[in-house]
Amino acid sequence: MENFIEILITGLRSGSIYALIALGYTMVYGIAKMINFAHGDIIMIGAYALYVFIELLHMPVVPAVICTIAVCAVLGICIEKVAYKPLRKATPLAVLITAIGVSYFLQSAVLLIFGGTPISFASIIDSKALSLKIGSITLSGITIVTLAVTTISMIALTLFIQKTKTGRAMRAVSEDKGAAELMGINVNRTISITFAIGSALAAIAGILYICQFQSLKPTLGALPGIKAFVAAVLGGIGSIPGAMLGGILLGVIESVSKNVSGELADAIVFGVLVVVLLVKPSGLLGKNKTEKV
Amino acid sequence: MAMLEVKNLEVYYGMIQAIKGISFEVNQGEVIALIGANGAGKTTILHTVSGLMNSKAGSIIFEGKDITKVPGHKIVSLGMAHVPEGRRVFSELSVYENLKLGAFTREDKQEIQDTLQMVYKRFPRLEERKKQTAGTLSGGEQQMLAMGRALMSHPKIILMDEPSMGLSPLYVSEIFNIIKEISSSGTTVLLVEQNAKKALGIANRAYVLETGKIVLEGNAEELLKDDSVKKAYLGE
Repeated sequence: MENFIEILITGLRSGSIYALIALGYTMVYGIAKMINFAHGDIIMIGAYALYVFIELLHMPVVPAVICTIAVCAVLGICIEKVAYKPLRKATPLAVLITAIGVSYFLQSAVLLIFGGTPISFASIIDSKALSLKIGSITLSGITIVTLAVTTISMIALTLFIQKTKTGRAMRAVSEDKGAAELMGINVNRTISITFAIGSALAAIAGILYICQFQSLKPTLGALPGIKAFVAAVLGGIGSIPGAMLGGILLGVIESVSKNVSGELADAIVFGVLVVVLLVKPSGLLGKNKTEKV
Repeated sequence: MAMLEVKNLEVYYGMIQAIKGISFEVNQGEVIALIGANGAGKTTILHTVSGLMNSKAGSIIFEGKDITKVPGHKIVSLGMAHVPEGRRVFSELSVYENLKLGAFTREDKQEIQDTLQMVYKRFPRLEERKKQTAGTLSGGEQQMLAMGRALMSHPKIILMDEPSMGLSPLYVSEIFNIIKEISSSGTTVLLVEQNAKKALGIANRAYVLETGKIVLEGNAEELLKDDSVKKAYLGE
């Protein structure tokens, strides 16, 4: 039983990170109707940025984290302006290929600057000092911090989208850009804000991820990126609660299947995706929307 | 001077010219109807006036200001609201949220609240359903929401694109009554309609469009009696 609870908690931990990344995919898809395949690499940039601020510039943890988030948010805005905005009316395939290009560009740029040898990087979270023992179950500090940070981020995001004027504008733009423009909403600015928020969430995910794995390499964003994409599709791409649910489910399924068989874990995870999409093609919380003419 | 003046407007979709040099004017307080068959270019004109589309030539002057190149999102704060064809309410947002978005560019909370009460008074059904998502409303209610949303910006002129489209006859009459009310409360109306009879019934003046050109213009009452209009648009 304790074993099972520990597996569940491990799953929740990685799942909540997937959820944060999946939110970026789903928000950008909702508003720009594109899959930003460079999103995983924002996680990587976040991890490297944190490394630069802490190890090379010797900044204290809190300002370093804030600067990391800011770097990624600005990078997200720039990527959209330079690479995606000119293609707003292009075919989805052109946008997809561009996104893959941006992904390779970011990886190569980091490879050029920092080299391909993995850089070890000590976690900024003191896992032992923060650990908590409940009965016979021990929660490590990284688990507690991850769960707390992701929960707060998701609640903050939900409130922002539901309750603020900007959040309302984002929902309006994602539904009908032309009608949103008639309301006086600056569509380009709203898309920029969406990319900034998605990238900031990816930065947070990158920080939590690197605290867990403690090794930097230019391709580190690829696997969490693709898993989070799966999570977003699983939950229903375009749906914000869907991304949260999909991420957490994916983490838990992954953790359980790793315990069943290490080799088959990923096969089981993707198998679940196939089954869900066969039964409900729009994802768990996705809407079956017919394209408007 | 006219409130809205469109001069020699030309609009293209790629290589195809949709609007072939159109001029018309709307004076303060008038109801102006643009009538014509499908594909005559009525919607294109409204989209160009409110900045959703760009013109190739010509100019659009609103209250003495050239707005030809002003982007769409800056038009509404000048005092021009647009009720688009097919209503285009935000179906996943609540009725209340849709109305609040209509006042997106306004700052004064008290004024917004006053306008909201005014809209609720004019459309009691919207108040009853303010918490429902807009997608659950009937077509006629959605049309009222689209109109209410436009009124939330407190416009000087309101552009309406096919407000009666797809509605039951009962709703059509109600919608036209509301347009009359909006007009008599001081808002200028530029109305695009396929239902020429109803449109001419409430308009002061009208322009008849055929494939991107104005072929006829005049007082609405006179146009109602015009033989060619009767034959082509009134089914008589």
